[in-house]
Amino acid sequence: MRDQVLRLITGLAALVAGLLLLLILAELVRASWPALTGLPVKAWLFSGHWAPGDGQFGLGAMLASSLAVSVLALAIAAPAGILIGAWLHLSAPAWIAVPLRALQGVMAGIPSVVYGFWGLITLVPLVNQWAPPGAVLITAVLVLALMILPLSVLVTDAALHQVPARSLQAARALALSRWGTFRQVMWPTVRGSIASGVVLQFGRALGETLAVLMVAGNVIRWPGSLTEPVRTITANIALEMGYASGLHSQVLFLSGLILLLLVMACMLLVRGGLRG
Amino acid sequence: MSTVPRFFPVMLVVLFLSGCGKPQHDTLVLTGSSTVAPLISDLAADFEALNPGVRVDVQSGGSSRGLADVRQGTAALGMISRELRSEESGLQAHVIARDGISLLVHARNPVTELSDEQVRRLFRGEIANWQEVTDFDARVSIVHKGEGRATLDVFLAYFALHNRDVKADLIVGENQQGIRSVAGNPGAIGYVSIGSANYEIAQGVPVKGLAIAGVAPDATAIAQGDYPLSRNLNLVTQGELGGLAADFVAYARSPQAHERIQQHFFTPVVNP
Repeated sequence: MRDQVLRLITGLAALVAGLLLLLILAELVRASWPALTGLPVKAWLFSGHWAPGDGQFGLGAMLASSLAVSVLALAIAAPAGILIGAWLHLSAPAWIAVPLRALQGVMAGIPSVVYGFWGLITLVPLVNQWAPPGAVLITAVLVLALMILPLSVLVTDAALHQVPARSLQAARALALSRWGTFRQVMWPTVRGSIASGVVLQFGRALGETLAVLMVAGNVIRWPGSLTEPVRTITANIALEMGYASGLHSQVLFLSGLILLLLVMACMLLVRGGLRG
Repeated sequence: MSTVPRFFPVMLVVLFLSGCGKPQHDTLVLTGSSTVAPLISDLAADFEALNPGVRVDVQSGGSSRGLADVRQGTAALGMISRELRSEESGLQAHVIARDGISLLVHARNPVTELSDEQVRRLFRGEIANWQEVTDFDARVSIVHKGEGRATLDVFLAYFALHNRDVKADLIVGENQQGIRSVAGNPGAIGYVSIGSANYEIAQGVPVKGLAIAGVAPDATAIAQGDYPLSRNLNLVTQGELGGLAADFVAYARSPQAHERIQQHFFTPVVNP
């Protein structure tokens, strides 16, 4: 009886969670349908010309900016995070490892608006000294990298904890060096979880809105230089959704749909990777 | 023990349904202009204190959001920092204060006044360095407002600029973001509500307003009607004003609100 009730509750919860995603997807498709069917694909997907007042709805430049900012942030945060995580687990003395681990947990929990505000007050003036106007692509990349670094560290650290003690004992018995143990024994075991962690961080970076809105400059152009402002898809939704109506609002929903599909594709990639 | 799980779903359902009851408070929702929102938040707190059991919910997002929300009925009152346009029919505007728009530069920039033509050339990207205007070597950075912001519309209309021609380096949403962005970049120039700017300057933020047509941006000049780039701050409603919204509008337009309005460096409107 008890088991059945519990199974019912958990099953319902799982169903609701899955249904919610489907509902969100359906709603996004419904809200963006007129734009999807009414506008030629090359007018919204590949064009970089966005001027809602003049009926120009090119999402291309902003989509490319979103991807550029996220990929670059990941290129900084993922390797750094994996190295710090490995160091924490392998050779950091306990008096550093324990507080550092706690610190990473705190950093992962700081609301993104705080990172954005710090970026606006501190990082933008700094970047401005060598690359005016300061609120540019590289600033957004740095803020995002700082935001996802703790996730990267924690994922690596947690993954390394799951390496079976047996394997480690065997490695010690074979007199493998610490680095040899990491490379030969631990890395093959954990690289799947670390890779899935990296993809999750990519999703987080892609979806981040407020912090990027505050430091990226928000001028719509194709990302061509680290020292020029860009506007991401999420920042555009945040800036314009409040007042958009008609086709403008439908295209904003469409840009949300594209983001959701991108993140879902990332998740599928993770699951496929874990099975493979 | 085995009765606990059987009991648990019932508890959940009860908790769930209790959320569906009528709200215990009368709630008034206002959305719109980020210029007006800080003032209205303070007035709302005073109004709540005077009227126990009333809740006033204030959200910013730009004047256009205020208009859209009032039309859709998601907000009872919209805050807009400009006049209603002729095509925006069916809405009523209630003036609560006057405000101007000030050109804003970093405190280190020695410039004190710009001609209208200089402003046009700056925003079109025809002036790359401040040395062309004043004795100050810094690259010009244009801080511009995002579309849908009333401050943008009023600014463009006054200087007869088209949004297409503006070569922005930074596009901001809320006033505070604009002010902080100018404060962080000695070469920046932006434009912002005089009330918001003077509020931040009083907090020690290193920015300053510039004179337009020889008139410095302050509350006195606006009150006397001398400052050329000024506008009314309005609360708008759809259809007849009634209920809680009417009480709030009356309160915001009464002399009781004047002190708050002046605290935010706006100019109270003396109602006829």
